[in-house]
Amino acid sequence: MDSFHPAGVLDPQGPIAAAERLLLLNATAIMLVVVVPVIVATLAFAWWYRASNAAASRSEERDYEGRLEFVIWSIPALIVILLSGVIWIGAHQLDPRAPIPGGAKPLEVQVVSLDWKWLFIYPDQGIATVNQLVVPAGTPVRFRLTSATVMNSFFVPQLGSQIYTMPGMTTHLNLRADKPGDYAGLSANFSGDGFADMRFVVRAVSAADFAGWVAKTRAAGKSLDMTGYAALAKPSEAVAPVVYSTVDAQLFKRIVDQTALDPQKSCTGGAKCPMPNMGG
Amino acid sequence: MLGRLSWAAIPFNEPIPLYTGVVVVLIILGVLGLITMKGWWPYLWREWLTSVDHKRIGIMYFALALVMLLRGFSDAIMMRSQQAIAVGGAQGYLPPDHFDQIFSAHGTIMIFFVAMPLIVGLMNFVVPLQLGVRDVAFPVLNSVSFWLTASAALLVNVSLVVGNFARTGWMNYPPLSELAYSPDVGVEYYLWPLQISGIGTLLAGVNMVTTILKLRAPGMTYFRMPVFCWTALSSSMLMVAAFPILTATFVMLLLDRHLGMHFFTNEAGGSAMMYVNLFWAWGHPEVYILILPMFGVYSEVVATFSGRALFSYRSMVLATLAICVLSFTVWLHHFFTMGAGADVNAFFGIMSSIIAVPTGVKVFNWLFTIYHGRVVYKPPILWAIGFMVTFVIGGMTGVLLAVPPVDFELHNSVFLVAHFHNVIIGGVVFGAMAGYNYWFPKAFGFTLDEWWGKASFWCWLVGFYFAFVPLYVLGLEGMTRRLQHIADPSWQPMLLVAELGALLIFLGILCQLVQLIISIRTRESRRDVTGDPWNGRTLEWATTSPPPAYNFAVLPHVETIDAFWDMKQRGVAHIAPTYEAIEMPRNTPIGFVTAFFATIGGFAAIWSIWWLAILGLLAIVIAAMVFGWSDDREREIPASEMARMEQAARQGRPA
Repeated sequence: MDSFHPAGVLDPQGPIAAAERLLLLNATAIMLVVVVPVIVATLAFAWWYRASNAAASRSEERDYEGRLEFVIWSIPALIVILLSGVIWIGAHQLDPRAPIPGGAKPLEVQVVSLDWKWLFIYPDQGIATVNQLVVPAGTPVRFRLTSATVMNSFFVPQLGSQIYTMPGMTTHLNLRADKPGDYAGLSANFSGDGFADMRFVVRAVSAADFAGWVAKTRAAGKSLDMTGYAALAKPSEAVAPVVYSTVDAQLFKRIVDQTALDPQKSCTGGAKCPMPNMGG
Repeated sequence: MLGRLSWAAIPFNEPIPLYTGVVVVLIILGVLGLITMKGWWPYLWREWLTSVDHKRIGIMYFALALVMLLRGFSDAIMMRSQQAIAVGGAQGYLPPDHFDQIFSAHGTIMIFFVAMPLIVGLMNFVVPLQLGVRDVAFPVLNSVSFWLTASAALLVNVSLVVGNFARTGWMNYPPLSELAYSPDVGVEYYLWPLQISGIGTLLAGVNMVTTILKLRAPGMTYFRMPVFCWTALSSSMLMVAAFPILTATFVMLLLDRHLGMHFFTNEAGGSAMMYVNLFWAWGHPEVYILILPMFGVYSEVVATFSGRALFSYRSMVLATLAICVLSFTVWLHHFFTMGAGADVNAFFGIMSSIIAVPTGVKVFNWLFTIYHGRVVYKPPILWAIGFMVTFVIGGMTGVLLAVPPVDFELHNSVFLVAHFHNVIIGGVVFGAMAGYNYWFPKAFGFTLDEWWGKASFWCWLVGFYFAFVPLYVLGLEGMTRRLQHIADPSWQPMLLVAELGALLIFLGILCQLVQLIISIRTRESRRDVTGDPWNGRTLEWATTSPPPAYNFAVLPHVETIDAFWDMKQRGVAHIAPTYEAIEMPRNTPIGFVTAFFATIGGFAAIWSIWWLAILGLLAIVIAAMVFGWSDDREREIPASEMARMEQAARQGRPA
């Protein structure tokens, strides 16, 4: 796991992360317009009006200056109006559910957080991996995410937005890596003793390499059936990457329905049945 | 018979908790032994433990907070040390099981048993004095509130020695906090004490709201109240409105854990998202419960030490009330990353940033109060100026996190950790220290040493930046919170700087202790015989230091804002009045007794010793009934006695 080097949100490697960094910098700049003068004025006033400064003019009168009062409400209000526009537009453009504009057909990946590792299922390729996510660079990836255990948060800082994974619910996320490379991924929501090691690598490779990797994975590796999943679901820490040549097509749905560990139980909408997709 | 309690609960094979526990128990026994040897028990019992005097209760709240600060801070040092050494292949000295308890306890203790008692303590001490009245509306209830908080603080700390604390973080999110994932008593040690202290806080809020609405000196209309009273009113209203949400949420989680219900479980239609929403529906108002009274402290301090009336009282009051209302409309920003749609996220993002408007107005008000003022550099104003500079940075990073797409990258990172420490240390703790230095002479009749006070301030201020600027940077580099070890060795230098910062803050705490000890030893030379050491503006400075139990022999008549300043200007501040007999509430052990049984009942509930828990509850009910039936609850102080005491106090107390 030491082969990668997290570089964080200031070193974006995809359109979402790049847009979010821009937003971060813009919002900071907008606020610094007020924050810097306020800090300077605080220190300057505090220094100039010190009791020992004979040159400072004083007044003990209750100061009431309507125009000044109007100004002190207006300055933060204007900043916030500007920021509100930024927030409204940003929240819509960078909605984790919104598909990434561009021609390429997205790669589908189903993400499951387990105690304490990540399972990635490629439904269209019929393969799966643990703690290693291989994606084609330049192609959007459409994630559907859930948790087989407690809440976690799926996060690849250099690619942008994180999203919670929650049991019995599905969340959605769209990301894209622009260039080939290894990017650190992690869980950003505390989930128990093995949390610190719940890390994975995102390997963005060229489209040709991706196809080659899929073919190689299909040819060699274990298969992930319900029995294999039951073993995988047992708590384990600092798990090395694994690949599976085949995966049960119903696995993700059954994890969301919470019937994956109990082959007899199927969810038919009774009282014991969790409500799927509630998390949106 | 003993529920889940057995000898296995004592961590005989874990040296760190065992030795810490033994040392703490020895210190407690030592203190109790000293009190017994010196024969201080009757005095303590009569004058403090059974006291219903709002000033003494306020002081006890504050003292509780300072003791708990030492506990919470040692957790912080342990975490910082673990993260500084457990880098790359190293695992450090704290296994996950222990590290997880430490960060959970740190958050829980700092919020519920440091920050809350600090603000409730200040409000208790200051508000009746500033309103020019003799006590809070319900003095006995006040004592009950305090002792319930103390009981809860004790129970949380018992987990050091008997059993273990929660390993779920201070928010205690399910499903992790459900029985399936946290079967041991850790979560019980979180839930039951917080239920007990939650009731205490709710009652304290009711008491304070009633006091401010119903008891004010003659002539003190709402718009003549000191700004601190306004902020205390807002904070208390938030307590009354928000704490029941927390209590109800914890009841639901307890039902899940003990009666197999499914409010927040993975199964049977339960939804953890509901807990997260409810928790923050309390949790965000809680932030303003903590910071609003401190805004009040800064307002008093800045005005007093600039020798000038606060700039635009009207804006300050309006801004306070605006924050009070808005605080209930922003809770979703704690989980933008939980998959809500863009409209919802955008709405809560905008609402959150709107809070920056009234907060910004407050900063400008303080700024324009200093403008044209005569700033006298005593420790309280240093804390206030340190706050103004530090808090605007924390406010800025807060608004950044209110931009949903930015939060998508920084949520749960150490950037977030840096942000909320920036506002809670830079806002709440600095405010408490400003208030401590400001009102200490009123409480005890002598001033605190200035040199050590300033040394403490500089250590805290510089330490804060060293401790948290590295976390802002690491958060941007992708470091998430609550990591028991760090995979990336390149983060270690920053973590070492943060550790250094924590040590500087520790030095600041030591300076405060030295300041207190030196001030007590040299108290004869630093007596405040005037009752008004800072040339104050509000009514607490009109009475003697320390004030008599009844605060004011004759209630002052208020004609303006800054009533005492006005009296001094008109030369009527020190005219001897005609004394009349007054009635004061008698001290009662009911608060202490209630908390005693609450502690036993709470401990029993934690360990599922249900018969004892029920007995504890019954004992509280019986104690309350016995108290309720007694008629002899007030004592009269005759006019002659009043005149004698007042003359003695105002001629300068005997050395």
